[in-house]
Amino acid sequence: MDKSSSAVRNSGLVASAYTWLDERLGLDEIIAFARHKTVPQHKHSFWYYWGGISLFFFIVQCLTGVLLLVYYRPGPEAYDSVRQITYDIEFGWLIRSAHSWSANLMVLAVFVHMFSVYLMKAYRKPREFGWWSGLGLLGIVMVFGFSGYLLPMDELAYFATKVGLEIPASMPVIGPFIADLLRGGPEVNEITIQRFFALHVVVLPALFLPLLMFHLWLVQKHGNAVPPSEEEKPEALRRSMPFFPNFLAKDLAMWLIALNALALLASLFPWDLGPQADALSPAPVGIHPEWYFMSQFQVLKVFGRWFPGMTGELLGIGMFTIAGVVWGLIPLYDRDSKLAMRARIATWIGFAAIAGLILLTIWGYAEV
Amino acid sequence: MPDSVPMNDASAPLEDPQEGMSRRAFVAMGTALVGAVYGAAIGYPVYRYLSTPARRAASAAAVTQVDLPGADKLEIGSAMMFKFGTKPALLIHHKDDTWVALDAVCTHLGCTVQFEPEQDRIYCACHGGVYDPRTGENVAGPPPKPLTKFNVEVSDGQVVVRRA
Repeated sequence: MDKSSSAVRNSGLVASAYTWLDERLGLDEIIAFARHKTVPQHKHSFWYYWGGISLFFFIVQCLTGVLLLVYYRPGPEAYDSVRQITYDIEFGWLIRSAHSWSANLMVLAVFVHMFSVYLMKAYRKPREFGWWSGLGLLGIVMVFGFSGYLLPMDELAYFATKVGLEIPASMPVIGPFIADLLRGGPEVNEITIQRFFALHVVVLPALFLPLLMFHLWLVQKHGNAVPPSEEEKPEALRRSMPFFPNFLAKDLAMWLIALNALALLASLFPWDLGPQADALSPAPVGIHPEWYFMSQFQVLKVFGRWFPGMTGELLGIGMFTIAGVVWGLIPLYDRDSKLAMRARIATWIGFAAIAGLILLTIWGYAEV
Repeated sequence: MPDSVPMNDASAPLEDPQEGMSRRAFVAMGTALVGAVYGAAIGYPVYRYLSTPARRAASAAAVTQVDLPGADKLEIGSAMMFKFGTKPALLIHHKDDTWVALDAVCTHLGCTVQFEPEQDRIYCACHGGVYDPRTGENVAGPPPKPLTKFNVEVSDGQVVVRRA
């Protein structure tokens, strides 16, 4: 018997409860499995935590989301109910602020996770489905962000949704049809809120959770990938630590740091509620999307300048679509470290993507 | 490199229990303490958030008087429902021109009772409880207690109901 599970047994009541559960659920097997599992240890190990941090913020989203659901009313009363949550219900401002901040931090953590996975080449065989399911999760996260942004129905929410829905609307032939379906008519109004609400709290979680389970199961199945620099080392020089309890403890420590960061941001910089959306008032000067849509926004803006009319938008959307497809197909291109040239090209594509996104985002903010 | 420092060195000998707390027990207690602080720091705002309406209702329920403008026109031999604080209440204008106001929540299991003028009784449809429409006394069926009676003051243009 190993030390810590025997320590668990030492104290009477806990011990008998543990035995009772173990006989029925096989806890010892799970602990043995978790202890058997190891996590590679090297100078890039830091990046292994970012998937877990993303998961932590997702859990925060679920909990704070359910709390907001207690008072939020979709439809014509949406703004009023968010005003009530923010100014009327005790600590409502904090719950709402935590939900908004955690959404942003989750998107950030997901991006860090994705780019670190990319640069560690963790998408290579046999982990292609991990990459693809991750991209699927990223896509759903972006729609989560977009649909949640409308729900308070203040001025920014209204115009962000109006502009955002112009993107599907500009697709040839089917575009206007899809945009009308999403909006529930030609205008963004309380009917749009109701469907975005259904999307945000029912449809997206129903898609996200099974995909997340699949993603996490794949991590269990294949374990952590090691970066090429580690792969080159002889087996004897590679180090690892047990998943349980060592890595798990560090993972939880990261979650604690994430919780503290979230608590500070949410309480010191409470999320604003703008004036109520008014279909007759003009868009406020300097309006811009959330930072994670900024690069796409900037591309559309710049292309619209260079190629007036719909051409610019179509080119911009086309460019992002191609970039997305290339990004998704990378595991099939950069399959093996033996294909050195492809590996280098893939790395450069990764750095170019990071630099491109950062520069476009800075450019976007500079022009606001 | 902090990664190379073991989390808890299992091979290190535990301190002699005679000398006081072992390292493991100290860490466990510290963890539990910090966990409790975090639990409270999260639990308290969540509790206040969820219980705001209950607190508001409690202060609304603390009213001692309700004014019913126009209720003096209530026809003889009939009754009307009104809200006393947060709960339904019953104002009855009896055939002998007396006025009675009663709590309308059945003392059995909380259904809202009704005045039945033909039978001159207050009846609860849920489990057949019957009350006296003048005193609120429980006279038949399962109710264990009478309905609470309020003081009524009828003047020109309004009826004022007060907690007795």
